[in-house]
Amino acid sequence: MNVLPISRLCLALVLLLASSLSLGQEQAEAPAAAETEVAVQAPAESSAERVQTILQQLAEANYREKARLITTLDQLSGKEMLPLYSAMLEGELHYLPGDLSLYRVTEAGEVTSLFTQQAAASVMADELEKIRVNNSLRKQLRESIARIQLLYGDKGEREIAAATLLDNMSDESIALLQKARASEQDVDVLGLLDAGIAMYTATTSDSTAERVSAVRSLSGRLESPVRNLLTQLADKEREDDDAVRQAAASALKDIEGKIKFFELTETVFFGMSLGSVLLLAAIGLAITFGVMGVINMAHGEMIMLGAYTTYVVQLLLPQWLELSVLIAIPAAFLVSGAVGVIIERTVIRHLHGRALETLLATFGISLILQQLVRTVFSPLNRQVATPEWLSGSWVINPVFSLTYNRLAILIFALVVFVALLLIMKRTSLGLYVRAVSQNRDMAKAMGIKTERVDMMTFGLGSGIAGVAGVALSQLTNVGPNLGQSYIIDSFMVVVFGGVGNLFGTLVGAFSLGIANKFLEPATGAVLANILILVFIILFIQKRPKGLFPQKGRAAE
Amino acid sequence: MIFKKTLMAGALGVSLVASMALQAAETIKVGVLHSLSGTMAISETTLKDTVLMMVEEQNKKGGLLGKKLEAVVVDPASNWPLFAEKTRELLTKEKVDVIFGCWTSVSRKSVLPVIEELNGLMFYPVQYEGEESSKNVFYTGAAPNQQAIPAVDYLMNDLGVKRWVLAGTDYVYPRTTNKILESYLKAKGVADKDIMINYTPFGHSDWQSIVSEIKKFGSEGKATAVVSTINGDANVPFYKELANQGISAEDIPVVAFSVGEEELSGIDTGPLVGHMAAWNYFQSVDNKANAAFIKQWHKFIGDKKRVTNDPMEATYIGFEMWAKAVEKAGTTDVDKVEQALIGIEVPNLTGGMAVMNKNHHLSKPVLIGEIQDDGQFEVVWETDGVVPGDAWSDFLPGSKDLIADWTKPIKCGNYNTKTKTCSGQNY
Repeated sequence: MNVLPISRLCLALVLLLASSLSLGQEQAEAPAAAETEVAVQAPAESSAERVQTILQQLAEANYREKARLITTLDQLSGKEMLPLYSAMLEGELHYLPGDLSLYRVTEAGEVTSLFTQQAAASVMADELEKIRVNNSLRKQLRESIARIQLLYGDKGEREIAAATLLDNMSDESIALLQKARASEQDVDVLGLLDAGIAMYTATTSDSTAERVSAVRSLSGRLESPVRNLLTQLADKEREDDDAVRQAAASALKDIEGKIKFFELTETVFFGMSLGSVLLLAAIGLAITFGVMGVINMAHGEMIMLGAYTTYVVQLLLPQWLELSVLIAIPAAFLVSGAVGVIIERTVIRHLHGRALETLLATFGISLILQQLVRTVFSPLNRQVATPEWLSGSWVINPVFSLTYNRLAILIFALVVFVALLLIMKRTSLGLYVRAVSQNRDMAKAMGIKTERVDMMTFGLGSGIAGVAGVALSQLTNVGPNLGQSYIIDSFMVVVFGGVGNLFGTLVGAFSLGIANKFLEPATGAVLANILILVFIILFIQKRPKGLFPQKGRAAE
Repeated sequence: MIFKKTLMAGALGVSLVASMALQAAETIKVGVLHSLSGTMAISETTLKDTVLMMVEEQNKKGGLLGKKLEAVVVDPASNWPLFAEKTRELLTKEKVDVIFGCWTSVSRKSVLPVIEELNGLMFYPVQYEGEESSKNVFYTGAAPNQQAIPAVDYLMNDLGVKRWVLAGTDYVYPRTTNKILESYLKAKGVADKDIMINYTPFGHSDWQSIVSEIKKFGSEGKATAVVSTINGDANVPFYKELANQGISAEDIPVVAFSVGEEELSGIDTGPLVGHMAAWNYFQSVDNKANAAFIKQWHKFIGDKKRVTNDPMEATYIGFEMWAKAVEKAGTTDVDKVEQALIGIEVPNLTGGMAVMNKNHHLSKPVLIGEIQDDGQFEVVWETDGVVPGDAWSDFLPGSKDLIADWTKPIKCGNYNTKTKTCSGQNY
């Protein structure tokens, strides 16, 4: 029962805060709209009281009413509403059904009072009702936040705010841009603000000279609103002024040239990224199939086990989510490697030199492993969370950005490749493996324990496949069929690159990836895949040993 | 899990066969033709459980026509030709009175010749591409005009969308639906350059270039939306890539026709918040009938976390309608029940009444929901009243003049209103 008084206290506190801030704001800025609003109001009701009523109405309003209430709040108050807007945008805004007071429930389930950010110990999360928002409200909130942050945010926030406001230019926002322009120091934000002001001048000014110079200043800017405006201005049907039209056309040409360049870079990156996935999936197979000559149909399932290891790691260490992927890498290597060693010891060893039987046996093992996973983890896909540092993208400019997860996997694939190359070239295990694969009998005669080398090699190849599974868990669904979708691609890459040659696998993976991504925009994803397969069939006809065939006596 | 279930289903089957000898004449047999193994098992097992729950419920009420109901469960194992074989088995060997079954369109097409030859009765509970009406099948899922067209109307009128991306998986349902949508959009004055159509293979996981193309397509100053008929688990990497490339639901909303509560359970819906789906039912609809249904489902399945979805509601409505029609006809004879079914009304779980029309399709309300971070949908729009299902789309040149009417005097699944002829082809 002590909930009510305390929450009332909170409310009072909020109001006090809100009113003092908003009053200060009005005195300092006196926005025209707010002034007239207040003037119309009866003098008895101060804007602070109106804010209070609005905050209470917010709890039970429908979407349309909420939109109206936020518009009014925008006019009545300033930056003190930021916590409200951001909580609402994040879907963290809740209210207590009893007295309609507002709280924020953080992702962790902690209840804090909305404006002071202090924990509200007296209120439990399950007493609260969520204040729901829809897309148009989210859009409105983003704009409201942008208007506040353009003046008060840090550099990154100001940049986002300026970009958001560029999308929706109006007389109101131009005043804000000009105001922000006066105090802005940062070059990037200044550029955006100037672009906004130039866009406004280019559309509204009466003087041709002013418009032309505004259009010229927009040349080279990659923001899509700028581009769209220039397209309009360069259009004969919509623009009468020849000088403006010409200036717009030349600015547009400049922009489009830049965009073409970035589009090309982007396609190459997409291709490299697809190539890195292919490389990761295939590189373990390059060891077991390429070096040992075992046709391992269960290779895909080794990848799957690696992905499931990531899932289990996240399940066991929920508090270490950010690091889980890094922990999963050695774990997956050990799990898949161990399973690989067991398979080698129990099955493949006995089928040495009988390729067809090995193929059938490993295919059987792949089915067993899939069913095992279905029984243990259920046939449904498992959810592997993506750590914060792997989500989102690195925005280089408005038309070119690289997603972090793809970038990380590209780097990771190269690291794995180099590590594997070093193992093969610089360690004694690598030496033995090469010796055994070139001439088994001779190696045996020299005192190499070939059985042990076989086991270690198969374990290494399987372990690398497990590591690939960790990377794939960040890109695709983790389910029992994960491996099946990569086995064909893996064989394709190894055969194309040349069996027994790690560099061939690298070149094969990247060239297939890039070719696929250059074909895809023209042909669509389905046809691009088919064309690549057709190409490989023809290529293998011509060069049965792949891009980089092994030469010399060892090849025979 | 599945293994256990299969065992249970097997045990159930055995006990049913055993009890059959005792009370062969006293039961009404309900065939359940849903895949319990293979790729479709994820979705279809739920519907099998729904039918079993409905049978149990009906038996508690004393059965039908004084007889107990008895479920006969078979497993077509996501194998399309096996659907036909199992249908034949159900109709000739088990002599079931009605079948509830199928999910994919290809499995339904496989069942059609058998069920028409043997004059069986089937209820099909999944949204589909239309262009079909069989005398022996009742379609309780949505036809394109009960899902796709209203969703596009909502985007166009309420969100002011001017440019359209039609993205789908490469098979019959997305292709037909997109063909209908394309000609609908063009009829509404949308220019060719404002429509982008894209197909991807099943289980596609590398969405980088497609999402980047969508981003470019949407950056030309006009409001853009994606209408997605992307199927199954390809959706997860698709939405992930959208989020990673910084496309939020406010910039370019995605409306999906194949993503429901079941598909969202078990994935992180954080990046999906605000994207939409169009269905005739959402679990979140606040309604007495729905609350009772959810409670009954949780009790039956013994797991409070299990969600309900649109095909489950369609199964529920189909079952209730069949039960009513049997009582009305006083027999389980297929021809009599078929005629009795037309015009039958059953309350929807979302409020209002579902009506079975002459073309064997339902009249249902259409809802559009935005995905929330708890994996549920928040209804943001619904049609004013119910929308009658249209078997033959008005927006395809080949089917514009066709109607289905199973009452006298037409009695035809594809009657041409211009030439006044029935093509004679039944499906």
